Amino acid sequence: MSLLSFLDRDRSIASPGYSRWLVPPAALAIHLAIGQVYAFSVFVNPLLAYKAADGSSWSHKEVGYIFSLAIAILGISAAIFGKWLETAGPRKAMFAAATCFGLGFLVASFGTTLHSLPLIYLGYGVIGGVGLGLGYISPVSTLIKWFPDRPGLSTGLAIMGFGGGAMIGAPLANNLMAYFKTHSTIQPIAGAFFCMGILYFLFMMFGVFMIRVPAPGWKPAGFVPPAHQSAMISSHNVTVNSAMATPQFWLLWLVLALNVTAGIGILESAAPMLQNLFSGKVTALAAGGFVGVLSLFNMGGRFVWASLSDFIGRKMTYMLFFTLGAVLYFLLPSIHMLSLFVLVAGVLISMYGGGFATIPAYLKDLFGGINVSAIHGRTLTAWSTAGIVGPLIVNGILDHYKATNRPLAEAYPTILHIMSGLLVLGFIANLLVHPVSERFWIKDGTPIPADTGGH
Amino acid sequence: MTATTATVKSSSPLSIALAWLVVLAPTAWGVYLTAQRAANLFK
Repeated sequence: MSLLSFLDRDRSIASPGYSRWLVPPAALAIHLAIGQVYAFSVFVNPLLAYKAADGSSWSHKEVGYIFSLAIAILGISAAIFGKWLETAGPRKAMFAAATCFGLGFLVASFGTTLHSLPLIYLGYGVIGGVGLGLGYISPVSTLIKWFPDRPGLSTGLAIMGFGGGAMIGAPLANNLMAYFKTHSTIQPIAGAFFCMGILYFLFMMFGVFMIRVPAPGWKPAGFVPPAHQSAMISSHNVTVNSAMATPQFWLLWLVLALNVTAGIGILESAAPMLQNLFSGKVTALAAGGFVGVLSLFNMGGRFVWASLSDFIGRKMTYMLFFTLGAVLYFLLPSIHMLSLFVLVAGVLISMYGGGFATIPAYLKDLFGGINVSAIHGRTLTAWSTAGIVGPLIVNGILDHYKATNRPLAEAYPTILHIMSGLLVLGFIANLLVHPVSERFWIKDGTPIPADTGGH
Repeated sequence: MTATTATVKSSSPLSIALAWLVVLAPTAWGVYLTAQRAANLFK
């Protein structure tokens, strides 16, 4: 297929003089698009209100499964396809991500028109979910290769896009649904899904065309790898299968899972939490504003913390998340000044985002860059796990307080103290992370599974 | 043209700026709308 041969790894090797600053926009195009998944909630009420010809409609639970399925498939596909991505190269993987993500919307649009929930599950949940997983990990190792001097900054930039994607996806969906409601006979949700499928595919194709891998042996001008670097930064590589046999992999899996679970503790119930803790002082509109503030901190934290990790080290960055986080989570329920409460919650959410953005560079430090995308993909199953465990803790406690007729305002301190405890466990897991044993290193001359072609 | 006589064609600052504009323009739109919503908290 000569038409698609431009997707090959060999065709995406940068020519001399290609600026590495063209690569982060390519990665951002992918992450800004797939970050839309966090804005899926804007479709929930319209989907609940949408009735079939026979008058039937969907339950909250049935609609909720669409998002859950997409996130679960994200983790699974990142874990499964990470190894393929290492051989296929970023351009082919990004093209597959764009195709799946766009096609997922189109199938979901068709399913909405037919009022078929299984088709929406298949489209947005499964096909779109594969696009999410592939898209999330596809630019990571390429960015690390282009920015060996600042791996945290480069991956932080891309993953910041995932945080920003919801900020674009929500108003885009609302505007499209409003347009189709007033200007067309097409079902508004179906119309919005269809347009978003096309728009996101085209936007992601910008990334596909822009992405380049550096030529073998390329280094940034003037970059000299430090002669003596931290023992926590390995100059050796570990394959994805060997990495999974190391305690370091599972400790980092735990570090990510605990950090995400704690963050979800706030994100899951931000608006009602604020209204309950500041009863009578905060309106529903203001509580919505609180969610907006947290989104900004979530996005900014991804860039700031990951960039900072280039200077203070990855382990130290997570130590900061877990110590400062544990203290702030513990103190949060006792803060009665609204502005201080918002600021502290914002800092906590910035560390939640920072955890996502710093993990690729941490993995690269420990396992080398050869299989970092595949290893990152496997680590993301921690996210899927936290996505189930976090809401289970929060909703379980809230349900218990409701069932026993106790005020919900009393439930939130319990939730936040549990999150503080989880961060203490994260601190211990991170403390136990040490350099990977020599026996896991790829030895000279050993064939490398899913080799990246040496660059 | 042989490799020894080939000139290195560097990416132009304009192409870099345009690439960033493509991704930063929608981001700025999203951030602006979110900041507007966030401002409700302090009204």
